Amino acid sequence: MKKTMATSLVLTTIAVVGAGCGSNGEGGKEATPAAASVEASGAPSASAGTEKVELTFYYPIQVGGPLTATIESMAEQFTKENPNIVVKPVYTGSYGDTTLKTQAAVAGGNSPDVAVLLAADLFSFMDMDSIVPLDEFIAQDGDDGFLDDFYPAFLENSQVEGKTYSLPFQRSTVVLYYNKDAFKEVGLDPEQPPATWDELAKSAKQLTNEDRWGIEIPSSAPTSATWMFSGFAIQNGKNLMSQDGKEVYFDTPENEEALQFWVDLSKKDKAMPENVIEWATTPSDFLEQKTAMMFHTTGNLANIRQNAKFDFGVAMLPQNKQFGSPTGGGNLYIFKDIGKERQEAAWKFVKFMTDPERAAQWSIDTGYVGVRKSSYETEAMKQYTEQFPAALVARDQLAYAKGELSTHNNGKVTAALNDAIQAALYGKVTPAEALKGAQTEADKALASFK
Amino acid sequence: MAGSLGKRWRSEVFAWGLLAPSLLFLAVFTFYPIWITGVQSFYTKNLAVREPVFAGADNYSQLFSDSLFHKVLINNFWYMLGTVPGALALGLIFALFANRALKLRGFVRVSFFYPNVIPMIALANVWLFIYTPEYGLLSRLTDMIGAGHTAWLGSEKWVMPALVVMMVWKEAGYFMIFYLAGLQNIPNDLYEAAQVDGVGKWRVFWRITFPLLMPTTLFVLVVALTNAFKTIDQLFIMTQGGPNNASNLLLYYIYQQAFSYWDFGAAAAATIVMIAFMLLITVLQFVGMDRKIHYR
Repeated sequence: MKKTMATSLVLTTIAVVGAGCGSNGEGGKEATPAAASVEASGAPSASAGTEKVELTFYYPIQVGGPLTATIESMAEQFTKENPNIVVKPVYTGSYGDTTLKTQAAVAGGNSPDVAVLLAADLFSFMDMDSIVPLDEFIAQDGDDGFLDDFYPAFLENSQVEGKTYSLPFQRSTVVLYYNKDAFKEVGLDPEQPPATWDELAKSAKQLTNEDRWGIEIPSSAPTSATWMFSGFAIQNGKNLMSQDGKEVYFDTPENEEALQFWVDLSKKDKAMPENVIEWATTPSDFLEQKTAMMFHTTGNLANIRQNAKFDFGVAMLPQNKQFGSPTGGGNLYIFKDIGKERQEAAWKFVKFMTDPERAAQWSIDTGYVGVRKSSYETEAMKQYTEQFPAALVARDQLAYAKGELSTHNNGKVTAALNDAIQAALYGKVTPAEALKGAQTEADKALASFK
Repeated sequence: MAGSLGKRWRSEVFAWGLLAPSLLFLAVFTFYPIWITGVQSFYTKNLAVREPVFAGADNYSQLFSDSLFHKVLINNFWYMLGTVPGALALGLIFALFANRALKLRGFVRVSFFYPNVIPMIALANVWLFIYTPEYGLLSRLTDMIGAGHTAWLGSEKWVMPALVVMMVWKEAGYFMIFYLAGLQNIPNDLYEAAQVDGVGKWRVFWRITFPLLMPTTLFVLVVALTNAFKTIDQLFIMTQGGPNNASNLLLYYIYQQAFSYWDFGAAAAATIVMIAFMLLITVLQFVGMDRKIHYR
């Protein structure tokens, strides 16, 4: 037992680094064919005398589909265009795993060069001093309008005090998925999804029957409850935190009203399960027609599109005072302790990964939103959105979207809100009490950053 | 005199020589990390304070005033109370049964033992499906008998019992193996003597089998108690400690402090509390129960 304890805390770091190396090795193995072919095609330029830079690229995969292959072919393509830079993609599990492996690697002096990490974890990486701002690289390229092409709602989680620390890569918003067949069945217009909170509650009630819930809004830990709640908060007037990540506004009357609305969907309207709703099973419930509507990420669009055996629609989240949704997902970060030369190479790769064509392709393959405005002007995207207009909903919603909850000490602040929301959904405490408690906890967690 | 001293000295050296390799590993991988953790527990190191700052007992006082820490301890207590007696009793029953069953003995033993061979992560995924609301296995069963369905893992009330049932099921087979070995060590003549005297089966169990199995029970008890604290793989897959921390256990709490909140001071303090707790259990076990056990 003692041994377990010791290993569990102090040596977990080592174990994690070890695991990181393990997957490093695996990633290397998987990438071998690609690397080999690259070496073959890149041989002439290598012999021309320039030294090769090898970049390690950590990335998580959060949605379904054979996406490792897509990432690897992108890396391969990049090396074709930049023969002196070889990118070694390392699949690192979920976002949580990726953050953990990255931090362990940084602490062990073996930092990756570039990684896709949660946009919301920005402050954590800043506080750990492991990333660099990108402004210098952007200025170097002399393209002043470069950032303007990215949707501002996505950049909100990248920028602090005038500096830009990451570029949006796989980004999403929350949308309302609804079962058109179920709408018809109960006499609702399938082309008129609910657009306000009142309509949402009303149609959810109407859609509920013995075998089917009206709506499911995920509320499981660690972040789905807070992500969903951000949406309600924005719709009711104001986002949950300040841009500098030092203050949160949990216990406002508007937020109490928002949480009450959410609680009422199950407690009063009986249109939503009363327990905590699991993030991962919500899409299956929707596909199995156990729920007629759900709030979920646009990142699931491809999955729903392929597997729904019924006619479904996608709509913006209903409004109260205004429309709104938090953004979510992962950004590309460049690391600090890797030296100037590698950072330059990493910047080239980051630009390559976010260029309009690639952004369009990634969006089509996954359902994530194209991160740049110009990605919607590409041929591939035009064709795709023509066939499948639902893909445009998330983009159109960006006009009303705001950054997701992201603060210093993000883990603790998010956990405080998460626990409060779950307790309120259970009816153990009133929304007002829950949010007051969360505010106190969060203030405590943020005190040392002021 | 000198000869016997020399001999003693030699055997002493020999003994230490044999112990050295494992002592070395214990020192490097157990005692040294515990020492470092102990030191860390008196320093503040988190996202706001990058370089460790001495904080005295701050980490401990914050820990003991953290309502979540209280909740986690209480959860762990109930979890222990659910899994330990349950798994022990079931393991013993399995063993008694597997020891008797003449036909298909191998099959019986294998089927009781197999849950233990499967990795916890895989089992957690299987049970995740069993406990899924609406269309999970258990929900369909309760639906069939008209009891409606419950979101077992999504309900504060049911999540702990659900985890306990899974854990008992997984561990019972493992404990069965020890009990089987224990049963086979009990001399048959005791049973024969009891039979000659016409003693009832129930009495034979309580007067012969159970007392003679006490050494096994002690060992298994220690294993089960520590497992109740150290097996948390299933939480990562099934609940993430939720809903509302209803299934959060001590080791998972430590993990969260360290790797979700990056608060290494708090994590170190909680680790020390856990180590102290475990030591206490072990000491109580060995000292308190040693006297009542019939070693042969």
